[in-house]
Amino acid sequence: MSVNASGWRPEMGDASGALAVDTFTGNRGLMLEEPLIFEIGGSPRTGVEVDVPPRSASRLAGLERSRPIGLPGLTEPEAVRHYTRLSRQNYAIDLGLFPLGSCTMKHNPRLNERMARLPGFADIHPLQPVDTVQGGLALIHLVGEWLVKLTGMAAVAMSPKAGAHGELCGLLAIRSALEARGDARRVILVPESAHGTNPATAAFCGYAVENIPATAAGRVDLEALKARLGPDVAAVMITNPNTCGLFERDMKAISDAVHAAGALVYCDGANFNAIVGRVRPGDLGIDAMHINLHKTFSTPHGGGGPGAGPVVLSEALAPFAPLPFIEKQGDRFVLIEEETAEEHHGDSFGRMVAFHGQMGMFVRAAAYMLSHGADGLRQVAEDAVLNANYVLRSLEDVLDAPFAASGPCMHEALFSDEGMAEGFTTLDIAKGLIDEGFHPMTMYFPLVVHGAMLVEPTETESKAALDQFIGALRSVALRARQGDPSLKGAPHLAPRRRLDETAAARRPVLVWREPEVAEAAE
Amino acid sequence: MRYLPLQPSDRQAMLGAIGAASIDELFRDVPEEARLSGPIEGLPLHASELAVERQLKALAQRNLAASDAPFFLGAGAYRHHVPASVDHLIQRGEYLTAYTPYQPEIAQGTLQILFEFQTQVARLTGCEVANASMYDGSTACWEAIGMARRITRRAKALLSAGLHPHYVSVAKTMARFTGDVLETALPDLTPGAPGDDLERLINAVDGETSCVVVQNPNILGHVADLSELAARAHEKGALLIVVVTEPVSLGAIRSPGEMGADIVVGEGQSLGVGLQFGGPYVGLFATREKYVRQMPGRLAGETVDADGKRGFVLTLSTREQHIRREKATSNICTNSGLCALAFTIHLTLLGEVGLRALAEANHLKAVAAAERLATVPGVELVNGAFFNEFTLRLDREARPVVRALADRGILGGVALGRLYPGAASLADGLVVAVTETASEEDVAALAEALAEELA
Repeated sequence: MSVNASGWRPEMGDASGALAVDTFTGNRGLMLEEPLIFEIGGSPRTGVEVDVPPRSASRLAGLERSRPIGLPGLTEPEAVRHYTRLSRQNYAIDLGLFPLGSCTMKHNPRLNERMARLPGFADIHPLQPVDTVQGGLALIHLVGEWLVKLTGMAAVAMSPKAGAHGELCGLLAIRSALEARGDARRVILVPESAHGTNPATAAFCGYAVENIPATAAGRVDLEALKARLGPDVAAVMITNPNTCGLFERDMKAISDAVHAAGALVYCDGANFNAIVGRVRPGDLGIDAMHINLHKTFSTPHGGGGPGAGPVVLSEALAPFAPLPFIEKQGDRFVLIEEETAEEHHGDSFGRMVAFHGQMGMFVRAAAYMLSHGADGLRQVAEDAVLNANYVLRSLEDVLDAPFAASGPCMHEALFSDEGMAEGFTTLDIAKGLIDEGFHPMTMYFPLVVHGAMLVEPTETESKAALDQFIGALRSVALRARQGDPSLKGAPHLAPRRRLDETAAARRPVLVWREPEVAEAAE
Repeated sequence: MRYLPLQPSDRQAMLGAIGAASIDELFRDVPEEARLSGPIEGLPLHASELAVERQLKALAQRNLAASDAPFFLGAGAYRHHVPASVDHLIQRGEYLTAYTPYQPEIAQGTLQILFEFQTQVARLTGCEVANASMYDGSTACWEAIGMARRITRRAKALLSAGLHPHYVSVAKTMARFTGDVLETALPDLTPGAPGDDLERLINAVDGETSCVVVQNPNILGHVADLSELAARAHEKGALLIVVVTEPVSLGAIRSPGEMGADIVVGEGQSLGVGLQFGGPYVGLFATREKYVRQMPGRLAGETVDADGKRGFVLTLSTREQHIRREKATSNICTNSGLCALAFTIHLTLLGEVGLRALAEANHLKAVAAAERLATVPGVELVNGAFFNEFTLRLDREARPVVRALADRGILGGVALGRLYPGAASLADGLVVAVTETASEEDVAALAEALAEELA
């Protein structure tokens, strides 16, 4: 058995001691150091040969660049090596379980990548005549149709570029709908457990934000919400399943109360992967919900995007959806833009992005939807929830699970830092997991739990992978409970030890400067 | 199902360990009336990789790909040759399937690359600092206007007539909700128009102006010296925001920073990313060091680890939504990491020498094409100065001509009527982009087809 089920043993000592071997290069076996491109690339080098036509008169009106740009160049072998060496300093879902709660790191099927690179999708321009891109429009329409059916909503806006951009889309639709009926409500209610993007988005489009408290069981306090509803409340933003990993049992009652007060319901769909195929948000009274295609529909996270955040809308909000959107007229797909919007879509709140949204992500999502089908997607939700509950129940004896009594969790399991030895924190557990070869869980979120650890295994982990992860986390948790001092120094075995984030923020160094320039600036 | 490792026996064992009789029990918090008893109707069931591939290929084949036609579209998205190694490298699982680098000890690959990207973007734009990317150029442009409002505490933005109309639309959408005042104008096709636009902006800047937003090269392809406008804006306490939709141009023309820009935003799609029908792209965002705390988006910064080794982290996150919530500088979370990676790899392969050569090739090809096309009866070249894109004025409405060219298998440009529906003065305009991917034969084919259509 590969798992050290008994946890940390004193004879393990401080792991860094075993590694105090200095090498000439700073490399440690396959753990390779790599300088910056500015430190390796000499200016005359290049990895691209450009066929420059014979010189003729320039038409740049005297604006020719005179100073050097300062860009290093690498030949192809140097570039391939640089980026390959750097890649090895990254953790990734391809390397192992990536339990970031609420972020949903699931396997990214490679069929999706192949499909997105078909020239008919990858090499078409957004402003080509629509008759030359009927397949592209059909693809966007196809994904939109799946989203509408899976959510039971009336319409979908495909153009938002990521989840937070989708939130913006939903709130702008809500504000437009309210303004259209002459109702200038100014307040958005957001539960304390919400993603930071929720209050930020509400503020971004000019709303005042107020918190709604949670009950001791980790769900929205329906009575407190009802008490706060009134003529100044424009909308409530709810995440369901919520960030404590719980399904909001009262969702329908919440929606009814919000609607009765003349307001609308925004649902943060970041966690839709827990319920896809088993619950349709449209049946719960939702008016708008974004869907992160990179969470539920397996498009890759790419080290921080690109995402895609289509927004499904209720009957009440559909007329206000942004431009452009695609309509099927007979066998033909048409693009409704500014030109035709007035007759077809006069209430639209306008354009959110330059073109039609994240086509490359739509193709990947389409490949995933078609692969799983309606039956497979339902199984996705079931396995995601099963895996999370398995993690929750396997660890609740060593990690405090504050809402374990609130019922089964959905796709993620929430723990707190209670029971750690004096001075030991969630951060130490996270860094300890790194030495075990795992990416840590989401830390310190949601804010409603002290030292929160939010674990989302996703459906693409096998039982064996879960067992190994559970064993590792159990071991690290026991070390934290016992106060193992070596845990405070973790990670010992990663490409870097703990990094000084305070220093980084106090004196930000955001670009590279030649050493003499950097020194002169001191 | 090929993406789901759990077997029925695993599921049974795990339910047993949890103490649940069935999977339904785990969903018991869902109100009964909202529970679906089986797969959603009206959607197909699961399919093999081969079957899915067949279905999607059939859709892809209904499009005319740029590589299959003489191709001259630009207007905010450009076709360039991307070296094979770029796509190979970005598909490495360590990049493709990593998350935002929240745990820096095991994300140094992504973080170091973002630091390199920021430095490249800062140098390219002539600015002191740059962020780790935005969604695209149009959203970056709006974020810049918002940033100027926060810095100047003024809410009136002057937009150049040459700013991409979709960027103007995005800003208008947002301004309706934030209360920003935007002054806009339509471009026109007369020879003196670019100068008139700068003149208009210079005269309009006043003590209430937060920023002036100018695109260079602009939507019609004109390039202009913005130094005087920058000086005027600064005199009135306003910021100059310069928008660059074609970053390859920066290999040939003076950088916006050199001309006095305070914020430079751009669409980085030209380098590494590809057309992709409009997305995902990568927004560039650069500014002066003194404004960095008002900047939106993620930032990678240099620091040291516990052993004193250099390393990189996400920094200044107190500007950001996950810390500041409703007080954040922006709601942006996920940005465009993988596209930024493609951009930086392509730019590293090019280097100083390659980028300047690429820019020169684009310019020379465009000049030759413009001269050739201007000889076609019924065609007039609008631009004096341009980089790799120019506007032709036809002797008739351009949209039907573009469609007729497409019927001949030629993607001949973007009709201004598509971008400015209803603007009669622009209906005859055709914006033509010529990059290194256009061959002499392509240009000849366009010229001949245009001559026949206009005959």
